Amino acid sequence: MTTHPIAPAAPPDRRARARRWLASWRHRDTRAAYLFILPWLVGFALLTAGPMIASLVLSFTDYDGIGPTHNVGLDNYRQLFDDPSVATSLLNTLVFTALRVPLSMALALALAMLLLRVGRASGFFRTVFYLPVMTPSVAVGILFLLLFNGNAGVVNKALGLIGVTGPSWTTDSSWVKPGLVLTTLWAVGATVVIYLAALKTVPRELYEASELDGAGRWASFVHVTVPQISGALFFTLIVNTIASLQTFTEAYTAFYGTGNTQTYSSDAALFYVVYLFQQAFQFMHMGYASALSWLLFLVILVITVLQARLSKRFVHYEYEGDPR
Amino acid sequence: MTTTTPVPTTPPPPPPPAHHRAPRGRGPGRRGHAPGRRQAGPIGRALRALALVGASAIFLYPFFWLVSASLKPSESVFDNSLLPGDWRFDNYAEIWDAVPLATWIVNSVTVTLAAAVAVTISSALVAFGFAYFRFPGRNALFGLVIATMMLPAVVLMVPQYLVWNSLHLASSQVPLWAPNLFGSAFYIFLLRQFFLGLPRELFDAARIDGAGWWLMFRRIAVPLCRPALVVTFVFEVQAAWTDLVRPLIYLRDPDLFTVPRGLKTVLDQFGEGGEMRWEIVCAASVVVTVPMIVVFLVCQRQFTSGIATTGRKG
Repeated sequence: MTTHPIAPAAPPDRRARARRWLASWRHRDTRAAYLFILPWLVGFALLTAGPMIASLVLSFTDYDGIGPTHNVGLDNYRQLFDDPSVATSLLNTLVFTALRVPLSMALALALAMLLLRVGRASGFFRTVFYLPVMTPSVAVGILFLLLFNGNAGVVNKALGLIGVTGPSWTTDSSWVKPGLVLTTLWAVGATVVIYLAALKTVPRELYEASELDGAGRWASFVHVTVPQISGALFFTLIVNTIASLQTFTEAYTAFYGTGNTQTYSSDAALFYVVYLFQQAFQFMHMGYASALSWLLFLVILVITVLQARLSKRFVHYEYEGDPR
Repeated sequence: MTTTTPVPTTPPPPPPPAHHRAPRGRGPGRRGHAPGRRQAGPIGRALRALALVGASAIFLYPFFWLVSASLKPSESVFDNSLLPGDWRFDNYAEIWDAVPLATWIVNSVTVTLAAAVAVTISSALVAFGFAYFRFPGRNALFGLVIATMMLPAVVLMVPQYLVWNSLHLASSQVPLWAPNLFGSAFYIFLLRQFFLGLPRELFDAARIDGAGWWLMFRRIAVPLCRPALVVTFVFEVQAAWTDLVRPLIYLRDPDLFTVPRGLKTVLDQFGEGGEMRWEIVCAASVVVTVPMIVVFLVCQRQFTSGIATTGRKG
């Protein structure tokens, strides 16, 4: 049993600690522990750390999977700026994310609040809302093509009933992303379940107090519910954003066929990961694809850090300074 | 990592605040019914019920639409009636003959089971190592586990391909399940939480009785954490069954395809730009979707409680 050499204390103590630390490596517990975590250590070296270093190195080369590899310096990174598809796909992805994340959070919260008060039937409804999460994304992509078909799709038929002429969701480039957003909202169930769990922990006394203070429904929603579940809201914001930025399957299924034949539309459905996939596995531009993936990594990192910064101002934790 | 599509690479939400603040002198039923005392009037309640039923109808509709379209003749796929006028069960026979569907199903089942078994066992071992022992380097290494959860799966897409390529396994099914042998950060985190929740005295008592580490893992930790292991297994079954990205990257030979990969081929062949026989595409979609629905209905309690406690986004 051991502790780490933490902050350097008085010199003799430090030496004693170092000795203890060294000795602890010979402890049989230590050997047992490392045996238990060995699978992860091996996997981390072989499938995470190693590949990441390789990817960084490759991003400075013209590696194509077969032929000889040359060092091309910063060319790949320079090309990121010259290649119009990078800007297009990045913009598509950001627009999609900016539409999808707030909408899915709002819808999930609305559904969770409806579910909260139904009592016994809530199990049934929870199942209903969760089923689409289980549906393979390929099937979701296909459902998008069918239900959102501009001429015959049921969505436009329904819109026609209320006198609205629906757009050509699957062919009109300005409607492809909204259509895909609506389709992916179908799989909002996982977020609903998280919110439901969070809502159940809000102490009822707070609502009673706010009611005594004369707060209306909206006021107690804004001042009690939202702050109380802000941890869950923040969590889903981050996770949904990261997932949306990596959208691939639905868009690829619906719009990219064999041999990269784009089935419809312009580049409206060219999402960043779709483009990365094409560069890497269709054109075998592995070096360039590596640079592309590092750019996405950077984008995700920046957005996540910004969101975390922002959340510091809004997320409410019950016991501030609790060292838990 | 599990797959590239579900990207739940962030630690679970902070434990719900106020959880440990027991509602003194009141039954647990007092909480959770939200703006409770303000009971809605009959109109409000009716509206709420209506909204819920309406939303459910919208959520269920695509399933019914899909199944019914898969049973229609080609020309009436888009008539949007939920009952086919003319039942064509032949559509399923036709897709069965047109593509090696049975092979794909067998492939999917094999890959899915291998992936789920591998990740459950390996993650449990690693989680136990992190939960039970104190050893030099533990905190730093666990920090690394958390860090890999944050890593977007896409970043590893190309370099991992190169690893499998250098092992001459890049056009086999191995890359679809073998990474799971090394545990997955998300499940390690989840299972470690469960192991930490076990009473330490159990282990101390076993140790006094002379039990070794392996025995403690096998006989105490694993049986007591069975629900968490089931959650892990079922999550991974879903992730592995529905994944399209890795099959697209690694599988070239149609005889190795998994069902989602096959479905993509069916779409390319029978859908837009192909034969425009959407009823065939729908039948194949039903085949890929139904197993997940069954798995969910069988395990739904574990599923939803697992999600609520771990915050995995599907």
